[in-house]
Amino acid sequence: MATPMFRFDPVELPPEAIKIRGEVREFIEEHKDVMGFSRGEHNPEFSRAMGKKGWIGMTWPKQYGGHERTSFERYVVIEEMLVAGAPLSAHYIGDRQSGPNILRFGTEEQKNFFCPKIAAGELTFCIGMSEPNAGSDVAGTRTRAVKVDGGYRINGTKLWTSNAHNSDYAILFCKMSSDDVDANDRHAGATQFLLDLKSPGIEIRPVINLLGEHHFNEIFLTDVFVPDHLLLGKEGNGWNQLTSELAFERSAPDRFLVLFQMLQQMIRMAGPNPDRSTAAALGKLISQLATLRSMSVSIAGMLMEGLQPNNESAVVKDLGTRYEQDIPVVARQLFATEPELESIDLYASMIARSTMNAPRLSIQGGTREILRGIIARGLGLR
Amino acid sequence: MAIRDETRMLLESMGRLFEDLCTKQVVDAAETGVFAADLWRAVSETGVPLAALPESAGGADAEWSDLYAALRVAGRFSAPIPLAETMLAGWVASSAGLEIGDGPMTVGPVRAGDKLALTRDGNGWRLNGTASRLPYASHAEKIVLIADGPDGEMAVVLEGSGAPTPAKGKNIANESRDTLVFDSFHVSSDSVAPLGDGVSRAGLYRRGALARATMMSGALERAMDLAVTYAQERQQFGRPISKFQAVQQNLAVLSEQTAVAVAAANLGIQSLGCGDEEREEFQIAIAKTRVGEAATLACELAHQVHGAIGFTKEYSLQLATRRLWSWREEFGSDPEWAVKVGTYFCGKGADRLWPILTGD
Repeated sequence: MATPMFRFDPVELPPEAIKIRGEVREFIEEHKDVMGFSRGEHNPEFSRAMGKKGWIGMTWPKQYGGHERTSFERYVVIEEMLVAGAPLSAHYIGDRQSGPNILRFGTEEQKNFFCPKIAAGELTFCIGMSEPNAGSDVAGTRTRAVKVDGGYRINGTKLWTSNAHNSDYAILFCKMSSDDVDANDRHAGATQFLLDLKSPGIEIRPVINLLGEHHFNEIFLTDVFVPDHLLLGKEGNGWNQLTSELAFERSAPDRFLVLFQMLQQMIRMAGPNPDRSTAAALGKLISQLATLRSMSVSIAGMLMEGLQPNNESAVVKDLGTRYEQDIPVVARQLFATEPELESIDLYASMIARSTMNAPRLSIQGGTREILRGIIARGLGLR
Repeated sequence: MAIRDETRMLLESMGRLFEDLCTKQVVDAAETGVFAADLWRAVSETGVPLAALPESAGGADAEWSDLYAALRVAGRFSAPIPLAETMLAGWVASSAGLEIGDGPMTVGPVRAGDKLALTRDGNGWRLNGTASRLPYASHAEKIVLIADGPDGEMAVVLEGSGAPTPAKGKNIANESRDTLVFDSFHVSSDSVAPLGDGVSRAGLYRRGALARATMMSGALERAMDLAVTYAQERQQFGRPISKFQAVQQNLAVLSEQTAVAVAAANLGIQSLGCGDEEREEFQIAIAKTRVGEAATLACELAHQVHGAIGFTKEYSLQLATRRLWSWREEFGSDPEWAVKVGTYFCGKGADRLWPILTGD
């Protein structure tokens, strides 16, 4: 057939991945007081404990603080943590995308400085990408860097920056403000920096989300100086680097496992002998979940082979967010309740959180429309 | 890594065979009720239909996963032959040590509600009951059935020519689905034997369901290929319709659903030969559920992209979509299998969901 087909070859997890699952479950049991539903909380102590276990930067070279484990072992650690509702926020971005991005494009000095600290759970990263006028259109970034003696001077505003208030560094995406940038090339001059969030000239303000919680931030950069050695990759290569970073972002199984405990709660409420329509509705969700998981394991296999499953990752993210948006819809059909975020009734709080969180899922990390555009490009349509 | 070289070679050679011999003309002719004998002969000569049998029974001890992969190719080409049925008939009959030959076969019962019972009659047996909507029963050289005997389930092998005259029926893809009624029908003793280890009516039903799910994943690949190709050729408003974002979004979703269907079918296939019948049952239940759901949405989108031409008999899309609409109901519809998935996991309890899904 002429049309490119997205391949999700079936993969059986190898013995080392099965072995590590038991260790992870023991660790989770030891830390069960910090596990919770769908919070992804910032807990540096927990991240350091995971770092000690060798479960951050698992696939990275030992030389840079990594552990040279397989993508399958890493996959198992992450899926077990997500299912348990572990507080991963302090290391998650660094482990998932900042670290790999530094390993890929960084200097020896950067790799030696940042990666071991990320892997130890001692350094928190956030993603300095979106802006007030550059959401889906990332190339429309207005933040500008000007070359100055010994470094760069940066001005601009970043928005929707999750966890910036708890982070040490951001990987900042911006453009060079120089005469030789081609005005007809929207990706020209794009550049990434490793931005120390304690630098003078940075102000971080909270943006409270509709749940009343503080995850987002707005970051104002006013004449912020970034020294030469914190340029990531090359001036002007930022677009390529960002594409690679987003592929890391989208290949993670966090797009369909965050509401796992809510699915469990629905099974509990259905009881051991559900009626047909309840069984059918739950059976459909479980079938979606099992299939998403097998596709995600398949992506871990592609990463092992050194492939870049960008299209496949977009497919799983789009389908995974659809599944997580369907869970509260099915839940209210099966077991109606009035949602209340801080209810003593676990189910009422789950339905409140999942309902209010649902719109975010198909926006963050690439909107549904952007992802489908990526897939259409993969099909050769654009 | 996951797909073996042997499998890839088998799939490529099956793909070439169907490309040459399973043209639209062949499928159209078969839909008028004429058996696609040339196509069957060519497929039979590859040895694939009986390859899963032990060498002692004329097979090649092939992996079931390879044979199911071949079914996906057959589904892609709308192959109007009882390939899945012959594979499964051979599996049932050879487990019982019964002779089968190498012609096209059918197998049943294919419907959960059908009952077949064997009672002793001197040296032979009497068969009572109904096997409804048996695929290709009017064209089968052998009809292999599972019936309840006095001491459990038994295999029965009938000559197609010696069976009761079937009441002819067909699915909406005009594939024959014939009903056989047995009223104290005499069967000789050498045509009946207890089922071998690991073979059961429930096992036949789920492997049939997986066969349909796998064929559906192939038919979806065809529907998607046609839609993507057509959208790049069809011009409206001065450009190919594939350049419109609304059409691109539909094609993206179609490709997602196709990928899901292949992955879900593979999840079922992976469970074959794991030696754990319970796991095989729920993984296949997941496969049939998820593929059926994908097919419903994907058919709608493939037709939407095609516009009016896709609604014609002339154009090939309907060969795939009419089969998808038929196959999603056969060996249990996706809502029926979803009930099984839900019932199974609710019975196990919420705390077992994750350990079972991860395989421990």
